[in-house]
Amino acid sequence: MSKKNKIKKSGIGKDLISAFKNGSHATRLSFLVMGFGQLFRGQIAKGAVYLLTEVIFLLYMILFGGRYIIHLFSGNLGTKLSGEQWNEALQIFEKIQGHNSFLILLYGVVSLVVIALFLVVWAMNVKGSFQNDLRLKNGERLSTFKEDIHALLNERFYAPLLALPFLGLIVFTVMPLVFMVLIAFTNYDYAHMPPGKLFDWVGIENFKTMFSLSGGNSGFAMVFLRVLLWTFVWAFFATFTNYFFGLIVALLIQKKGIRLKALWRTLFVVAIAVPQFVTLLLMQKILDGDGILNKLLGTNILWLADQRNFSLLPRLMIILVNIWIGVPYTLLMCSGILMNIPADYYEAAKIDGASPVRIFFHITLPYMLHITTPYLITQFVGNINNFNVIWLLTGGGPVDNVYYGSGSGAQSTDLLVTWLYRLTTDQNPKYNVASVIGIVIFVISAVLSLITFNRTSSAKSEEAFQ
Amino acid sequence: MSKNIAKIRRHFSTALTYAVLITLGIAWVLPICYLVYTAFRITPSTGIINTLFPDNLQLGIGNFIRLFQDTMFLTWLGNTMFVAICSCALTTTFILMVSYALSRLRFRLRKPIMNVLLVLGMFPGFMSMIAVYFILKAMGLTNSLLALILVYSGSAALSYYICKGFFDTVPRAMEEAAILDGASQPVVFWKIILPMAKPIIVYTVLTSFISPWCDFIFVNTIISDRELYTVALGLYKMINAEKNSFNDNFTVFCAGAFVVGGIIVTLFMSMQRYYVEGVTSGAVKG
Repeated sequence: MSKKNKIKKSGIGKDLISAFKNGSHATRLSFLVMGFGQLFRGQIAKGAVYLLTEVIFLLYMILFGGRYIIHLFSGNLGTKLSGEQWNEALQIFEKIQGHNSFLILLYGVVSLVVIALFLVVWAMNVKGSFQNDLRLKNGERLSTFKEDIHALLNERFYAPLLALPFLGLIVFTVMPLVFMVLIAFTNYDYAHMPPGKLFDWVGIENFKTMFSLSGGNSGFAMVFLRVLLWTFVWAFFATFTNYFFGLIVALLIQKKGIRLKALWRTLFVVAIAVPQFVTLLLMQKILDGDGILNKLLGTNILWLADQRNFSLLPRLMIILVNIWIGVPYTLLMCSGILMNIPADYYEAAKIDGASPVRIFFHITLPYMLHITTPYLITQFVGNINNFNVIWLLTGGGPVDNVYYGSGSGAQSTDLLVTWLYRLTTDQNPKYNVASVIGIVIFVISAVLSLITFNRTSSAKSEEAFQ
Repeated sequence: MSKNIAKIRRHFSTALTYAVLITLGIAWVLPICYLVYTAFRITPSTGIINTLFPDNLQLGIGNFIRLFQDTMFLTWLGNTMFVAICSCALTTTFILMVSYALSRLRFRLRKPIMNVLLVLGMFPGFMSMIAVYFILKAMGLTNSLLALILVYSGSAALSYYICKGFFDTVPRAMEEAAILDGASQPVVFWKIILPMAKPIIVYTVLTSFISPWCDFIFVNTIISDRELYTVALGLYKMINAEKNSFNDNFTVFCAGAFVVGGIIVTLFMSMQRYYVEGVTSGAVKG
């Protein structure tokens, strides 16, 4: 994929160079004054839009963005602390507005994105003007404004469709994401909190801390591995218990001779409809040390906080509660698919005298697995990031300083995501370490899902059903 | 003779299945019964919540009266409804636009865009929450319901996958005929594809309508004003804010959860058919 992109990028670069070499003077001037090529040739509306874009962009950079960009590339994230300074002349303490590393970084990123978007428009402007040159050379007529609009509603209809959703994506996903990735290379933690303090670039220091074996507060490698291991164990069990339990219940309901099928299904579906945070909080209160379950059993078991055996009991309980929450979803899905298994498979098997167990393992299960593999992998990735279940049930706890150390902030049932969340919302937040974890989660999930979606036949045969 | 044995075996296995189903059914319904029971239970004093049947047990709608009079539940309900309706409308529009473009139209960067969207969607949302907060602050939007709507629907494009899977299955013949007749792409989108996509639209509307009712993490970061809470955060804070809040407020929490659950259950049950169609058509395909 990266190879393809490179070719495309150099393609755009070549286009621009050839536009400069072979284009008219108007096109060359378009490199500097956007829209000139269009205005010169009488495409007033189009040219005006380009020109206006350039004016707005320049105003933005001069009035606001420019200084943040300069700051961003100056090698540090601010040098001047806010505070008070004695003013000798007036004999008073004056407040000085110092630098705010956070805002420098944030607005720096915003400005970078603005520049990137501007460059895209700029390249379009040059290419458009060059195309005009070519058309005139070939004796063709230039497109009118009306024709341009028509094209946007037909051949280029994707552009207006994608524009607004992508704007939202850039503002609420891409910019924050770039920002948080950059945070991983700074020392932004409780000791360096703007506006009172400054933080600065530290290179790959945080990654070294995260993956170093030295232990204590300087190396979290062992803690990281433990959390990672549990994240995978959890994701595996959460995914497969739900899947098989759901499948079995769906089969039971579908069994011949069972009446009131819709009622049975509805019974489970009610559990989906109750908001997840409600059921999770409810379960947490039921399983609490002073909770109703212990009262009913007359026991004193710490269902969600027992530290013994590496917190085995809380881990089991989490998976159990997750079955309660997740099975109705898989039940719905499985019953939908089960109805679509061709009946002749079963008839043939019956004629051959296959037992129900054999039928399940040789027909039902392979068919289901074949169809739902993408779903299973999405679920697996979803469970790696399943924040709610863990956070609302145990909050990541119980605390286990022996096994996890007190410096890392990780606790026994923490997934990578809940660990990340705790690091950012703690009394003593460590945004830098949290960002490192975020990047790790991102890499794991991205690799898993890219493999799935590009390997499964649904991606290959998009048009199979058309 | 062997026929009889087969009959007995069949009866036995049916009975066994019923037994299993009933056990499971009870396991699934019991916590919900507990919720409903607690919602209608009146606690004269604190500290008895964890006794299931205390001697001085009283049932009634006292918790609901407390919920609507002493807390701002009604305001929260209104906020959530407003946010849910707006973000659901925006999200559905965005998703339909993106998945139509990616499924029906062909353009140069289509495949890379699909992969980029997929990868972006993998980033844990709350990792960038603080940055989102400051972007909203720079826009002067923090502590407003508009901010919530923007956050919920801003990254809608990332969930194009299920809907695109559905569009992929709609036959092309009809739209080709329409285009030959001179229809423009917007007309095809509006008049031909959308009417056929009813199940997936309902599915998208349903899921995007429900999510604001369940989120408390983003609300917690963006909104600090109690009057602007949504029900999820309001209820969450009700039993998690202070040390004794659990004992004092648990019954009221259950009453609130009962109301919210009631709304969503009703919605869900009336549209269950579409939900199943959505799940099975888009999420899984061989």
